[in-house]
Order: sequence, then C-alpha cells, then structure tokens
Amino acid sequence: MIGLVDYGGGNLASVSNALDFLGAPWRQVRCAADLLATDAAVFPGVGAAGSAMNRLRSSGLDQGLLEFLRSGRPYLGICLGLQLLFQHSAEDDSPCLGFLEGEVVRLTTAEKLPHVGWNTVAVARPIPILDELDGAYFYFTHSYAVQPSNQRLVGADTDYGGRFVSVIARAPVFGVQFHPERSGRDGLRLLAQFCALAAARMPANAG
Amino acid sequence: MLAKRIIPCLDVARGRVVKGRHFRNLLDQGDPVQMAAVYAASGADELVFLDIEATVEGRDTLIDLVTEVARQVFIPLTVGGGVRTTEDIRVLLRAGADKVSVQTAAVADPHLVEAAASLFGSQCVVVAIDAQRRGQGWEVLTHGARIPTGLEAVAWARELSRLGAGELLVTSVDADGTKGGYDLALTAAIADSVRIPVIASGGAGGPADLVAVLTEGRADAALAASIFHSGRWTVTGVKAELEAAGVPVRR
Repeated sequence: MIGLVDYGGGNLASVSNALDFLGAPWRQVRCAADLLATDAAVFPGVGAAGSAMNRLRSSGLDQGLLEFLRSGRPYLGICLGLQLLFQHSAEDDSPCLGFLEGEVVRLTTAEKLPHVGWNTVAVARPIPILDELDGAYFYFTHSYAVQPSNQRLVGADTDYGGRFVSVIARAPVFGVQFHPERSGRDGLRLLAQFCALAAARMPANAG
Repeated sequence: MLAKRIIPCLDVARGRVVKGRHFRNLLDQGDPVQMAAVYAASGADELVFLDIEATVEGRDTLIDLVTEVARQVFIPLTVGGGVRTTEDIRVLLRAGADKVSVQTAAVADPHLVEAAASLFGSQCVVVAIDAQRRGQGWEVLTHGARIPTGLEAVAWARELSRLGAGELLVTSVDADGTKGGYDLALTAAIADSVRIPVIASGGAGGPADLVAVLTEGRADAALAASIFHSGRWTVTGVKAELEAAGVPVRR
C-alpha cells in the first residue's frame, strides 16, 4: 500500500488519479501513525514551503516523515515534496525536514519565473525510476530548486537558462522537481517504475 | 530547453464540445472526454476547457466533465468560464483542474486574482484577456467579448502580473475565428511587458500561424481550436511543422 501524504495544503487528485490509472493501491495519510503503516509514500507537495512546514509540524507529520525516510522504505517527493527533504528553503526563509543536506534556492536564470512548461531531464546515472527516461520531457511549474551539498545525490538536471537539479536519488528515497502525474506517457512511466519499487519493498542499500 | 506549448482549446456547453464562442449558433463538435484523450495521445502539451455558457445549472456538468477528464488524461488541464469566486476555483481544482482561468470576474474585482494566488498559488491562476484593437493599443473586453471595459490591455496585463497571475491567456477578438493568423503585435506587446508566460489565442489557421506567434509574437504557448477540431491538423502534424521551423517542441 502506497501512502499519499495529505498535509491539507496540496491537491491530491492528479496523483491519485494517476495511481488509479496504473492500478497501484494507495491511501491518503494525514498523521504519522498512518504514514508509518504504509510500505511506500508519495508526497505531492504544492504551495509554499513555510506554510507546508507549519502544517506538517502541527499534525506531527514532520517527525513521521523523518522516521519513514530513515526506515528505508520507497519515497517519492514531488515538487515541494522534494524540496522539503532538505535543510532550509529560501522560500519563506523556512527550515525544512533536514533529511538531506543542502538548500532550496530561487532559480538563477535570465528567463521568466516561474519556470512553467515542458522541459527535458539529463539523467546523471542509472536510477530505477528514470529507466529509459533520459532526455524525456516533463511538466514543471516552480521558482525554486534544490542544491544538495552532496553532488552524488543528483539523479538528473535540467537547463532553464542555467542548469538546476531536477531529480534527487538516494534510493529508495527519490524526489522530482517536475510533476510526473501531469507529464503524459513519460510521467506515467516514472510513476509505474516507482510503484514497482514500492511493490517490491526495495531495501535501503541500493543507492 | 523549455518547449513551446501547443494547447487545444475545447469550448464546452452542456457537457459537449461546441464551436461558436462569440456567436449564437453552437455547432456540436464532439464528446469532450474522448476528444481530450485523442489530443493528449497526439502530443497536446496541455488542454483548456472553457464553459462558454457558464450557467449555474451547467456548473455541475462541467465539474463532472473535469473529474472524468482528469481520470483519463495526464497532462495539465486549465478550466475556465464563469469563474467568479475563490470557492469556484477551489471546486474546479478539487475536481482535477490544474489551473483555473478567470476573466470577467478579474476585471470586476482584481482582488480575486490576488486572493486566488495566495490561497492556491500563482501556478494555478490563469487570467484570460480578450483584447480588441483601438488605434495604437488594445482595449480589454469582458462578458464573452461583448462589453468594453476602458482598460488598456498591456497595462492590464502588467497589473495582473503584479497581482499574482501565473499565466495570461491573451485572445485577439479581431483575429478570433478568422483563421487569418494570431495578432502578433498584441501578443508581443504583452509578452514583452510581463515576466509570466503568455498563451496566444485567436486566429490560428495553420502551423505557419503558430510558428509566427511563438517566434515573432514571443508567446510561450499557442492555443488553437478549430484547426484541431475540424481534423485538418493533428497536434503531431503541427509539431512536426514547428520543429522544422526551429521552434522547440516536446516530441
């Protein structure tokens, strides 16, 4: 069973529709106990870092997420669900979960912000969820991106008037800056590859 | 590199796709769920649904339609038509819309744009501008392009950007329905004045028009309806032409 993290700020419909389409069993989780009872988690964060962290703290999901992440179960963070893995976000000058070392910074680009639309990912190394997706287009909508302290966490990057990190992989914990649930066939492929890991309850030592 | 987006637009009334946005006689064009799936499979980057009647009774039909499309189509969906309050926006987002387009209500109460952006994030707030040529500039029209507002379109675009709009959907009332090409000057004037994406609309007759508005017109995305609904062009076919012209597209 995949837990779909609902902190009351995001909209789960598009992710749950995609999981239904793929035939993957899921349920909504709103507290730490429910989260820790699942085999894998998808965290589709939408919105601003500060208010999301406040909501996570008030429901105790912040501690639940940390415990879940450390337990070696598959996790997929989407957009804000990726960013919150790091220590601090420049958006709202907010502390984040701090599971990974690094910062969330505003994109530095001469192009328009937010970065909205379809862009490609350059896959840095073999990553199970990105199998056969090097160069694929995904749908982005964001102004901030992660800067991990450890470059080996980078799974893929993307060019938007300068390169930024678009996928983080510390298997079985993954984070994507784009929205696979809105990225057509290739997005569904990524989600299906994550669901396969979830189904196998992949151990923590693969990355 | 960021791709230019090609967006089929489906005008809907009473659960059907219709043609004749600014006219009385509506021609039935097909089933929206089926058409959405075909366009998505053909490479559409996004879909826009506009409820052109926007009656209170039609609202539930629209919400059912969005719910059904969102279950089957996994590309961004923008829904508009008769959106007046943040509650209207919330309901459409919950049904599965990724973005909601507001127009008349934004002119009546610009605070709506600000409130929606702060509640749901700018990324889901699209503001539609219907603009008509007036001398050297353009005037904003509302209520299905029937009511002039006295607002100058470029200044209005800047104001919307300041209020937190995430994207602007700019329709040339003069070009709409002519198939004679987009209003490149209008699109470029707005695209050059704001730092948010501009979707050009109105006047697409063939791929050359999309090439022009995505280059000379400096639009980030091109919306078209009848060239796709008529079956004259597929999204795949248009994208092949764009690619040949050097416009970056998702293939």
